[in-house]
Amino acid sequence: MSPASVFVCLSLTLLSDYPVIRVKPDHSGVVTDGVKHSMNPFCEIAVEEAVKLKEKKFIKEVVAVSCGPTQVTETIRTALAMGCDRGIHVEVSGKDYEAMGPLQIAKIFAALAKKEEASLVILGKQAIDDDCNQTGQMTAALLDWPQGTFASEVTIDGEKVKVVREIDGGLETIKISMPAVLTADLRLNTPRYATLPNIMKAKKKKIANMKPADLGVDMVSRVEVLRVDEPPTRLAGVKVETVDDLVAKLKANGTI
Amino acid sequence: FINTYEKSTFLVSQRFQSTLVVAEHNNDKLTPIMLSAITAAKKLGGDVSCLVAGTDCATVAQEVSKVLGVKTVLIAQNDAYKGSLTEELTPLILATQKQFNFTHICAGASAFGKVRVSAKLDVAPISDIIEIKSPDTFVRTIYARNALSTVKCNDNVKVFTVRGTSFEPTEVDGGSATSEEVAASASAVMSEWLEATLTKSDCPELTSAKVVVSGGRGLKNGENFKLLYDLADKINAAGKWLLWMLDMMQVGQTGKIVAPELYIAVGISGAIQHLSGMKTIVAINKDPEAPIFQVVD
Repeated sequence: MSPASVFVCLSLTLLSDYPVIRVKPDHSGVVTDGVKHSMNPFCEIAVEEAVKLKEKKFIKEVVAVSCGPTQVTETIRTALAMGCDRGIHVEVSGKDYEAMGPLQIAKIFAALAKKEEASLVILGKQAIDDDCNQTGQMTAALLDWPQGTFASEVTIDGEKVKVVREIDGGLETIKISMPAVLTADLRLNTPRYATLPNIMKAKKKKIANMKPADLGVDMVSRVEVLRVDEPPTRLAGVKVETVDDLVAKLKANGTI
Repeated sequence: FINTYEKSTFLVSQRFQSTLVVAEHNNDKLTPIMLSAITAAKKLGGDVSCLVAGTDCATVAQEVSKVLGVKTVLIAQNDAYKGSLTEELTPLILATQKQFNFTHICAGASAFGKVRVSAKLDVAPISDIIEIKSPDTFVRTIYARNALSTVKCNDNVKVFTVRGTSFEPTEVDGGSATSEEVAASASAVMSEWLEATLTKSDCPELTSAKVVVSGGRGLKNGENFKLLYDLADKINAAGKWLLWMLDMMQVGQTGKIVAPELYIAVGISGAIQHLSGMKTIVAINKDPEAPIFQVVD
């Protein structure tokens, strides 16, 4: 029996152009106005994996889901162009969006997965903005489903999923029952570029709209960001010409 | 005389501060990051207890009881904990929390992290902290270490994970903790641990290496990597580690967090994000305009 639907949960983040990250002068956050946003790279990998599973006929339907303001629909469209069947946009904006953290997002994704009876939920392992690496695990906990995090290889084997995970020191293989939550790591796959015909097709695919309240999710966050700072800057360096010079300098410095 | 702030916190937090550190180990030794997690726990003030769960805990429990500052070692031994599956450990941690009512729960920030517990407690975890400002305020990095965020957690129990390189490891000496058995909870039976393929090497673990030499695209082929070996040999540092870095993101924003004493980047043009935390950085590159030179010593 092949699983009915796979949910891919997407996150919209700043385009990964790190030298451009600037802290706001009042230290309340990072400047996001005027900075290009796009789908979180790990989420792209998650979408690719879901679409591949569908192409291999392991699953019937891939649903792309994301929470946030209107901009987020563009991310969902990209996922649809990559091969997802339909999308769901959970609208969160303004103050709620600013306070929204992984716990609130996990609650939304969990409520949706339950409502739509998903068999698999795939996410990127972390968002490149807050680097939390939490949403996948928390979604699994709220659903009380097993999790396969940092997945670098996923194989569906009947009612179970075999996941090879990246851990410190190497790889680990586990077998988990479905329904389950997976988070994609860098080496899981290489995401495809959406082709023009698919982008056109994506325009016709459905994106449903809903609010967290429709899912019974309470968006209150008990974590507040007090301030954001730049990391301490390093002092300028010295150039040397040869390896022997380098070794001598390091010895003088007391480094070796 | 107690000023108003202290008085109100005294009234509000009648329960004593106590931290549970969830131990990561391989039935033989604690992983190095754990000693840093314990340091962080101690910084909070209050009692520190350490939970050791596994299939064969005696050796690790012994080691933990010697760590300076740990008050109690809680031991849960059961076959269900093979592979330290988070689905199995979570009910155990929840039961332990129910029994002892800790104010803080922490672990090292690694693939073993304890985020699942946090969701079950309906608490937002604070991941990968680099500094503790007070029992409810922590500092962590965002945007791949390009910015620092100071967050305050108002939950009843704070769950956080600790970046190992930001806290000095505690001594495994001078401690005399008491041990207590904790009942293992029923198996969740939803996942099965099959095997682990650990990369074998003579070099110690990357995240605790003192010297890291890495090669990037500038090296172009395998022969040039031999030069890296020679360089590392010349430097002859204890605990050196050689790392192939053709895949920049792996050590960069998402992968291992390395903070060696000395980091040598050969043929790597930039990728600024993985450089913070390293004491001395050296870059070797044909291109004098490469961005990496802006941040080296």
